[in-house]
Amino acid sequence: MAQDTDHLGRPIVAVTGLGVLTSLGEGQAANWAALTAGTSGIRRISRFPIAGLRTTIAGTVDFVAVDDPSGPALSERLAERVIAEAIAEARIGADGDFPGPLFLALPPIELEWTQRSMLAAAAGANETIGYPDLLRAAAAGDRGAVYERFLFGSVGERLADRFGTKGSPIATSTACASGGTSIQLGVEAIRRGETDVALCVGTDASVNPESLIRFSLLSALSTRNDPPAAASRPFSKDRDGFIMSEGAGALVLESLAHARARGATILGLIEGCGEAADGFHRTRSSPDGKPIVACMRRALEDAGIGPDSVDYVNAHGTSTPENDKMEWVGLTTVFGDRAGRIPVSSNKSMIGHTLTAAGAIEAIFTLLTIRNGLLPPTINYETPDPAIPIDCVPNTARPGTVRHAISNSFGFGGQNVCLVLGAAPQD
Amino acid sequence: MARDSDPSAEPEPADPRAAADRTIARQALITGVGLVSCLGEGLDAHWEGLDGFAATGPVVDTTSFPPFPVHPITALEFDRQIPKRGDQRQMEAWQRIGTYAAGVALEAAGIKGNADLLGRMDMIVAAGGGERDYAVDAAILAGLPKADDPGAFLNEHLLSDLRPTLFLAQLSNLLAGNISIVHGVVGSSRTFMGEESSGADAVRIACARIAAGQGDLFLVGGSYNAQRPDTLLHYAMGGKLWKGAPTPVWARQDAGGGMTLGSMGCFLVIESRSHAAARGATPLAHVAAIATDRCRRRPGEAAAVADRQLATLAGQYDAARTAVISGASGVADPTTEERAVLERLGLPVRATGSAIGHGMEPSFLANLAIAAGAVARGRLFAPLELAEAAMEGPLAQALVTGWGHWRGESIALVAAA
Repeated sequence: MAQDTDHLGRPIVAVTGLGVLTSLGEGQAANWAALTAGTSGIRRISRFPIAGLRTTIAGTVDFVAVDDPSGPALSERLAERVIAEAIAEARIGADGDFPGPLFLALPPIELEWTQRSMLAAAAGANETIGYPDLLRAAAAGDRGAVYERFLFGSVGERLADRFGTKGSPIATSTACASGGTSIQLGVEAIRRGETDVALCVGTDASVNPESLIRFSLLSALSTRNDPPAAASRPFSKDRDGFIMSEGAGALVLESLAHARARGATILGLIEGCGEAADGFHRTRSSPDGKPIVACMRRALEDAGIGPDSVDYVNAHGTSTPENDKMEWVGLTTVFGDRAGRIPVSSNKSMIGHTLTAAGAIEAIFTLLTIRNGLLPPTINYETPDPAIPIDCVPNTARPGTVRHAISNSFGFGGQNVCLVLGAAPQD
Repeated sequence: MARDSDPSAEPEPADPRAAADRTIARQALITGVGLVSCLGEGLDAHWEGLDGFAATGPVVDTTSFPPFPVHPITALEFDRQIPKRGDQRQMEAWQRIGTYAAGVALEAAGIKGNADLLGRMDMIVAAGGGERDYAVDAAILAGLPKADDPGAFLNEHLLSDLRPTLFLAQLSNLLAGNISIVHGVVGSSRTFMGEESSGADAVRIACARIAAGQGDLFLVGGSYNAQRPDTLLHYAMGGKLWKGAPTPVWARQDAGGGMTLGSMGCFLVIESRSHAAARGATPLAHVAAIATDRCRRRPGEAAAVADRQLATLAGQYDAARTAVISGASGVADPTTEERAVLERLGLPVRATGSAIGHGMEPSFLANLAIAAGAVARGRLFAPLELAEAAMEGPLAQALVTGWGHWRGESIALVAAA
């Protein structure tokens, strides 16, 4: 039997449970089938009026209902469902008694227009209304449910209540790298010997008018509204922005020794994590790509493998002109001549950009890629960008043996995370 | 990665003394503090403000957000830490306060401008979200009820009236982003959210990573702007805010309790003893222990969590020379429960919220800094209200409590460096 510690003598971190929910559907099976069939989950927004918007499409999750709809309410519900799937697969702990901590990638939370309008109506002001009026209305103090719902801590606390995770739940935001950060936090805790098991989750249900418009005002979104399924086109010459999307992913991480001792099925390994911050600009990455390169190199070093051992890259691949170009610059620096020969695909071509959840969802898809020996395609690849001579597994899934893969996540605000994922040991 | 290599990987030293030496080398020391609040800037200003609090009374604004008092941030010369006006314009107040405090901490630790150290410094920020554009919100709220098509009205006004850069001033992770840009802290950057617990967990994870060799040099902190109607109304909806004349934390409990929010920023440079020694840094204090936990807050549950935490600390401090710096928010149930726990403990207590207000994400960090400052001075400041007992003798250690006003129970033990 292979050993339980890695090249630095640290506990090897195994994955024993996965749960995923995206605009393509719920569960690993539905998502994997759609993803490898090249199906798009991007559609016209029906959740709110789209009159006057530049972008009218998104990868919304419309098939999960919540009472009193809001971003945090749906984020919590999506997280609940993927956690339940992951824990069921891992067969770990008793119901409501998960034997480890929760690391949750969560979008920032603030009151939405529904709640603001409710207070404005309660204030009874007519022609003009301002925050003093809202404050007066709020001072009655009889809206405890709204207060609690919009605390930054309440999604994690309620998940901890429901699943009985141990200790203070960590809710993390590193923008579009958050999902990767939640996994890295879990890996570190297991390597420290602080816990044998960790629950790492990313969730995002941020498609509301104001969030969409904020991204739109930064010129980050695609405006290729027709047909919606053709809008997300990573690495194509005519890519014009990302698609806001929703979804969630959950991973049960476990020290390999612990998983083996209890006879758990090992789905794959988290072999390494790397991160680097970028001090160049609030929304743009350093023109030299140094932080992107640094986080990939640190992840490989952490995993104890060289770039030649990487068989597949699950790209950040947002479909923005800037990201895809910079990611290619980073890949050519790290992989040299091999860059154009390594298959690199972007799940975002089908599910859009699930933002806070992306790092977790795409790590799950990468593990499924390794397990199934099938590379999901980059769809809508019709017009190659001559500046990016990449093998993006164009349009159709392709069989391939993958022992080690990397999954990239780069965030607004300069927070970058790269994970190295590996096949389960052959025992 | 090499910088992240885990010393637990090394063979356990056969010699017990060598093992003890390694534990000491991996102790987490505070080597730089950037603290700003209504009491001013720096540890000296805070010690003096707290020690003289009985005489001077609170620094508080009772007129801007009636009926709620708030503790305003002291006047800061932002140019000193954020030299580019363009950077300042890209931030809202909470980010400016935090980026300023981070700069002060880096300066105090002798790291500011040291590209080599900043390039491998790990950052953990505890953050909420940023300010809204109050005029845009007001105009939309006034127009929505009269609009023929409210959805189209909302879309049109958000698209035409929101400043594109406002988003970046609001995003939780952009306090850390601004610190990377302004101060060049780029080893790594993580942001934790979740009110009070996020600040305590940021410190806990930094200390745990240092102890395990998963990092040597950390910048940990957060900031809070209390002078904001949008957050005040959020806590007001939950009935959590104290109304009317400013009143100290324990005394508020006679009239139903409630919290008074305070603007503050606090960043700490925390590093391993061996790293601090190798670069000749002067440590201020040692974070000897830190624990965070949670419960559902049914009656007695938070006290049980705290009792368990205190039990693990028993024997680690000298009761005759230890005091408690309490982060009690003033909200009735948790404050009453914490007070009972502390009365059983029997140590002198100071609830700093009476003087600096309750600062959410950075509140635990600020109290850790105040505790470190007092321990370094060897004295506890004077009581802040009648319920607090004087401490005449020397102060060698301090317990810092951080109970969230809704959830989360944290504690740290600060000792001389």
